[in-house]
Formats: sequence, C-alpha cells, structure tokens
Amino acid sequence: MKNKRLLSFVIKLILFTLVASFFAWSFKSGYYQLIIDDSEGFIFLLKQHINMVLLSILLAIVLAIPMGILVTRPKFQKLQWLFMNIANLGQTIPSLAILALAMTWMGIGFKPAVFALFLYSLLPILRNTVAGIKSIDPNLLDAAKGIGYTPAQILLKIELPNAAYPIMAGIRTAVVINIGTAALAYLVGGGGLGDWIFTGIMMRDNSYLLSGAIPVTLLALLADQLVRFIEKLVISKGLRQSITISD
Amino acid sequence: MIKFDQVTKVYGDKVKAVDNVSFDVPEGNIVVFLGPSGCGKTTTLRMVNRLETITDGKIFVNGTDVNSLNEIELRRKIGYVIQHNGLFPNMTIEDNVMAVPNLIGWDRKKKADRYKYLMDLVGLNPDEYRKRYPHELSGGQQQRVGIARAMAADPPVMLMDEPFGALDPVIRTRIQNEFLQIQQEVKKTILFVSHDIDEAIKMGDAIAIFQNGKLMQYDSPSELLAHPKNEFVREFVGKDRALKSLSLHTVEDLISERMLRKLDGNENSNKKTISVETNLRDALSILLNQEADQLVVQANNKLVGAMKIDDVEAYLHQHIK
Repeated sequence: MKNKRLLSFVIKLILFTLVASFFAWSFKSGYYQLIIDDSEGFIFLLKQHINMVLLSILLAIVLAIPMGILVTRPKFQKLQWLFMNIANLGQTIPSLAILALAMTWMGIGFKPAVFALFLYSLLPILRNTVAGIKSIDPNLLDAAKGIGYTPAQILLKIELPNAAYPIMAGIRTAVVINIGTAALAYLVGGGGLGDWIFTGIMMRDNSYLLSGAIPVTLLALLADQLVRFIEKLVISKGLRQSITISD
Repeated sequence: MIKFDQVTKVYGDKVKAVDNVSFDVPEGNIVVFLGPSGCGKTTTLRMVNRLETITDGKIFVNGTDVNSLNEIELRRKIGYVIQHNGLFPNMTIEDNVMAVPNLIGWDRKKKADRYKYLMDLVGLNPDEYRKRYPHELSGGQQQRVGIARAMAADPPVMLMDEPFGALDPVIRTRIQNEFLQIQQEVKKTILFVSHDIDEAIKMGDAIAIFQNGKLMQYDSPSELLAHPKNEFVREFVGKDRALKSLSLHTVEDLISERMLRKLDGNENSNKKTISVETNLRDALSILLNQEADQLVVQANNKLVGAMKIDDVEAYLHQHIK
C-alpha cells in the first residue's frame, strides 16, 4: 500500500516536472509572445471558439435531454433503439467527415461548424440521459406512484434529480470533446483558435502552434472544472454516495 | 372498511394471478396476506390503490368503489410502504416524510407539526434527521422513515408490502414490536403482505392465506393454526403449528386456566424469573433450552408462583388442541 502511494507520487512528480519544463522552455523561447503582440486577434479567435462551443452545446442539451426523456417513457420505449442508433451513427462518423458533410450543405463559416459540433455533442448527452433515467431503482418509481405522484411529478421530482449526475457527466464529456474538436472549425472557415494552430502547422511556426494549442487545452481543463462546479450546485447532496451507518 | 368482492386479476389472456377473491377487512385491523411467492398476495394488495388494474370484481374502501375514484387522489389517501423503503435519495428526510402533504399543499405550520409528531411516533429525533439524506441512515431507520411517510397525511388505510422483509432478524423483531405499539395509537386499517408465517401470526388480527391466486383461508391466527382448512394451509403453517400457536398465548392466559405451583424454598434449583406478559412459546423455549428447571412468574413486581414444562404441555392439550 505504502509502495503504491510512493510510486504514484513519483509518477506525478515526473509528469509535473515535464509539464513545467515544457512551459519554461516555451516561455523562454517566446512562443507566447504572439498572444500579447496580437492580443486583439487572440481574443477574437478565443471568443469565436467559445461561441461555437457554447452554442452547439446549448442546442445539443435542448434537444438531447428531452429526447432522452421521451424515449424512456413506456409508450416510446420501442423507439429507443432507433434514437440511440441515430445518435451512435453521429458519433461514429469522424468529426472531419461531419464537417465536410455540413459544409456541402451549409456552405462555409460559423454555421456548419456549429452544426457539426452540435451533432457530435448529441450522443454523450442523450446516452447519459437515457442511462441515468433507466438506472433509477424501480422501487423508487413504484413508491412515488404508490403515494400519489402524477407522471409529470415523478419525472420532475424523482427521475431527473436522481439522474442528474450521469446527465451532467454527459454534458461535461460533450463540452470537453467539443472544445478540442472546435479547433477543426478552421477547415470550414468557422474560425476559432484552430486558425492559429493550422497556421502554425503549415508554416512550421511554433509560435502560432502553441499560442493556439495551449489556450485550447487550458480552456478544456477550465470548462471541465466549471461544469464540475455546476454539478455540485444542481445535484442533491443526498446523491453523493458516502458512508452508510448501521444500526 | 375494505371489501374485496369477487376480485380477479388476469395477465395477458390466461394467467390468473388473483382468482375470484372475496373478503372483508374490519376497520382498525391488520390483515396479513400470506403465501408463497407468486401466490397473488402482492397483486391483491396493489389492486387496492390501483397500481394494478382490476380485471373483474370490485374493491371497496370505506364503502367507495376504488375504480370510481381518480387514481392519483385515491393513492394520496392510502398509505403505502414497500420492502426496500423506496425513500427518495435526492430528498432530505423531512421532504421524504412530508412527500404527500407537499403534494396536496398543506400549509407550513401544519406540515411542521405533523413532521414532528410522526418522527416522535416512529422513534427518530425530528431535528437530528430533518436535513439528513436517506443514504446516511441504517436500514432500520430508513424503514421507520418509510412508515412515517406512509402515515403523513393520516390515511385511514395503509398498504404494506413486506415492509420488514429486508431487515435483519434482530432489527425486524424490534420494528415489528414498535409498529404494533404505533398501531395501538393510530388504529389504521392495514393490509400487510408477508411470506413469513411467524410474522403473520405476530402482526395479524387476521390472516388471508393464498395459493395460485386463490384465497385458501381467511381467519384469525389462532383459528388458522388450530383448524387449517386444507392440506395446503396445514403444510404452509408447518408441523409445529401447535408450537406456533403458543406464541398467541401468554403466561397470564395459562394462570387463568391452571393454578401455578407454589414457590419452593430450594435455593439450589435452577430458576428464572419471567413476567406474566411473556408468551408461552418463549416461556417454553427457556424451559427447553435448560436455562431453567422452572420459571418463576412475576406480576406487578410480585412473585406469584412457578411453572414447569408439564404446565405448558397440559395447557396446550386442554386449550389449543
């Protein structure tokens, strides 16, 4: 046990040192100078990037959660495989291909990029909503029904609150994936920090490359923490599994 | 209070889960539905608050056909307790207990008073548990909260589906006793599903024993044990039914039939003191386990006499057989 802890500490230390020395090297080489020199451009791209992600995620939430609720109603249970398969398909097609397909239909710019990201976010949210609602102990639903909750009250007061953890996890997954995938939006003229990353790749210019890539990484980490914070606010304390006390 | 009139439940086309069942449950009684799994006892229970539809026949609660009522309203007026308590993990204990009053919109003051009353009734500190969540409670505590929740809106009728089935034996016995005390105070009409004959004898004013959807016998526990109507009932209550029926009688009953022995002054003999309220099955157990050669009976803090195995045996022959 003690050895294990020591080992994990050593590994953490090595990784931390690697990351720190990478940053030290890249700072020393002045690779982030671009962010300061062209701060207006940077902020413009950053905003574009965030806008694409936010809009696509909001659209995905607005569609995927009600869809998940719908297919878990007894009446629509038979449709579940259909919706899940469509969403699965969306996820299986490579993101680049979705962008290309969206472009043939919607042209170039912000719109096809948002549309592709939206399609890509549907599955994690839908899948987790369905799994979350289905994993609720049937005894709970029986008890709720038996003491006189209406179907709508069961949904709002029992099913959604008790499925909140997996649903939020689905949203978190989608946000993090999206921030990374949004870098590809450059390819359809959607803008975002991908502009600098691809410029960097094509010109073999570390300045552009890192000034685009590192902020994207940090953005993903930050968004992950932000959604975790929101989770704490919206998920009932009673659902955080902890010690059980015996009589 | 509750009347089953030729009630039948058919699943699909053929499977008769409940077959033409009729009986009456008097107000304030606990009736235990007993039988092996798949005998229709739970289905019969769940038809009362219409969690299962009634295929044929009628169920009346307080003179009203349950099918004539709005099912949501009906359920809010009937307490419901299930085996795995079914507490809502996302809600605090207070919100769980007050679930039905919240649904029907009681005012704050009325809810606060009721919450306090119920928690005291089931033996949990109202303030200590108010803001806690179900997962922080033990199984026994959760089941107490489940009972409090079922009684929240003071329903005259309660349905309990193996409410103590998931508890370990020691806690189960304790909660059974507590629940019988609560029932003394609240006098609800209760339908109680169980598969445990001992629990049925202990809890029931009457027992309805089912097999393959048919009601085999509906009688008081002592009648059921003394005169099983058919082979199935005889087998289900077990070969030790005479022994089981002893648990329905107390030492006090024995005293009313037979004189106790005089207390002998012999200090060497192995004695144990019991109260007159002890049931005869427990008294016999103590004697058989060689914990004592004779039992000294205590009433109102006075020793009134002694009894031996012979006395229990004689009582059994004379009174129960």
